[in-house]
Amino acid sequence: MNELFREISSNPFTVSLDIIPVLDYEQFCDQAARMLKDESDHCVAYYAVEMQGSLKLICCIANDRDHILRVFSSMLPSGKSTVRSLSKEVPQLHIYEREIYENHSVVFEGHPWPKPVRYPHNRASKASVMDNYPFYRIEGEELHEVGVGPVHAGVIEPGHFRFICNGEKVLHLEIQLGYQHRGVERLLAETRSGIWRCVLCDNIVGDTSVGYALSYARLIESLAGIQPSRAVQIERCIGLELERIAVHIGDTAALCGDVAYQLGQVVCEALRTEIINTTQFWCGNRFGKGLVRPGGTNYKMTAVVADRILSVLKDVGLRFASVSERIYSLQSVLARFEDIGQVTRQQALSTGAVGMAARTCGIRRDIRWSHPDQYYRDYPFEPVVLENGDVLARGQLRVKEVSESINLISGLISDWRNQPDEHSVPDYNCNLSPDSFALSLTEGWRGEICHSAITDGSGNIVHYKVKDPSFHNWMALALAVRNQEISDFPVCNKSFNLSYCGNDL
Amino acid sequence: MYREIKILRQHGIQYVRDLRNQPVSDLFRGRPVISGDITAAEIEKVSSLCPVGAIDKDSGSIDLGLCVFCRECEFCLKEKIRFTNDYRIAASRREDLVIRPGIEAPLRLNVEVIRKEIRRIYRHSLKLRQVSAGGDNSCEMELNASGNVNFDLGRHGIEFTASPRHADGIVITGPVSANMAAALRLTYEAVPDPKVIILVGTDAISGGMYAGSPAVDRSFIEEHHIDLYVPGNPAHPLTFINGILDLLGKK
Repeated sequence: MNELFREISSNPFTVSLDIIPVLDYEQFCDQAARMLKDESDHCVAYYAVEMQGSLKLICCIANDRDHILRVFSSMLPSGKSTVRSLSKEVPQLHIYEREIYENHSVVFEGHPWPKPVRYPHNRASKASVMDNYPFYRIEGEELHEVGVGPVHAGVIEPGHFRFICNGEKVLHLEIQLGYQHRGVERLLAETRSGIWRCVLCDNIVGDTSVGYALSYARLIESLAGIQPSRAVQIERCIGLELERIAVHIGDTAALCGDVAYQLGQVVCEALRTEIINTTQFWCGNRFGKGLVRPGGTNYKMTAVVADRILSVLKDVGLRFASVSERIYSLQSVLARFEDIGQVTRQQALSTGAVGMAARTCGIRRDIRWSHPDQYYRDYPFEPVVLENGDVLARGQLRVKEVSESINLISGLISDWRNQPDEHSVPDYNCNLSPDSFALSLTEGWRGEICHSAITDGSGNIVHYKVKDPSFHNWMALALAVRNQEISDFPVCNKSFNLSYCGNDL
Repeated sequence: MYREIKILRQHGIQYVRDLRNQPVSDLFRGRPVISGDITAAEIEKVSSLCPVGAIDKDSGSIDLGLCVFCRECEFCLKEKIRFTNDYRIAASRREDLVIRPGIEAPLRLNVEVIRKEIRRIYRHSLKLRQVSAGGDNSCEMELNASGNVNFDLGRHGIEFTASPRHADGIVITGPVSANMAAALRLTYEAVPDPKVIILVGTDAISGGMYAGSPAVDRSFIEEHHIDLYVPGNPAHPLTFINGILDLLGKK
């Protein structure tokens, strides 16, 4: 019997394109559907790429339990074709099929929701424009629609939210994205400059700069077969965890702001400032831009930086513990968070939720634990998992993860002090493995970030794919606000804090 | 109540007293200084390295409107290029953002080109509507930080409004994605006259990393007079605050 998939036990990985099994489309569907019935499996990448006059479908499924990644593929004729949709059977694939339809006009017959994802400039059908998004409608005299955005009341990114309400109650929310589309993937595939790609990856999702730069760096290192020094590996984890701490504390401030608990808001704002100023002390940028590079770093952590990180974390840890304890014991706050914006475990599984959105619904899904890379492999790590799936759970998860990340960093710094002082410098122009498919997964603060690339016979990147955790989690937000008061939308939205630019690319 | 007092005591005083002279870490990437004796060969080397073409091939000057502050040129040529931690780099004219070799003087706003009505009308109160148009959310977060407990820009009567109808101008971040171009125009039109336009971040000023992308539409920026350019990747809150205070002629 022919091999149905290729098993890979490392993250990131690079495989030769020709060893990825090519199934016929029916077999491909059966394979995906069979695997994804298992709750511990989820799809981390599924996309189409034009190759030698046909359309190659590549799918990668990650298993949280046996820690294996499985890759398989199929071929479709290039251009418009019609195939059966898997979305009804496996709802988490809905967004991938929508993306393939939008980019390559492959019609997925029976897809319940064949709508645009981001209106990319190179979309297959120019008839699909921002102004004619096919919103879901419900007729009825008691119902009204509320449209919000793309420009919002706050200083945030653009997106359009269309609510269908019965009085104050939300029956349905549909989120239209694409306003932030800048053509990231095409730019990454077209340039031949390694340094340019690095800097671009710092600037795809600014609130997750370290997570994105790390995903890119690991992808390139895998393609080039290189490793930075152990000290640099530890430093990267520290950078990633600092980013997580800063955003989680900032989100706590924002949640307090939305329910008018001003003390919680201002204290958390100030604590976030302490953390991002520490990142700036280390690398000159509050968001860690420029910190992570393939092969090494321009900003070697010094003993002074390490001491500063430890002392700031000690202070912030204590202060955040006391303020968060107060926030989550106040009746007036709890009344706004508890049982609000609930996502059930089943909903989270069927939308393919990742990161915080999954872990607050009782799903143990964390790349640092399931597919650990570099230093996370050597560190006993247990993801925080909560059950209730509401705003309160998403708030409390942040508190627990901040404390876990602080512990993680102190352990990392102790190990770092024992590492030999070998500095690895960035390698921008390393030779990449030819005719290969590579993929890397990183658990950023929102959830898993997936970068993958395909190289040609000379080792040039010819196709680049980026997937933000928000790609899945936007649907979880839309489900969370069903049957909620519309006035609870802001806290629901903040509790997810999803990325627009990460979805739109 | 007792617990709140304890939290407040731990919190202490967080606001930046002097927004004009607040020290930032040495490594902060602000105004660059290029050595006056940079050679043609060295210029060639760093300008071909620069991912955004911010270094002029002939003169060796660095255009802060293009620069993404990655600092790779300094790493390549440490003895000739140095990014100082001077965060006061906003300008009222696009060409003032070009830093020439040998120039060590700080960058200050060219007062001559500031429209007279700006200082006359908005000196004591400036309300702004922010439009994010393809930004990566870091500039947006820094603009939010400008009003937080640390920087507290509100103390000068400068705030962000929820509606363009209540605003005196717009602050644009991001390279202006084509998908956002129409919404940007509508927002600008909704602001009553006279109105100011402020560009925050390298992406907004020149398109930054996305300048050549077919998914970007810069026509709005090209068609309008810009009152303030605030470079950075992202622009630091102190860069934004000092730029606005200078624009309004505040101390």
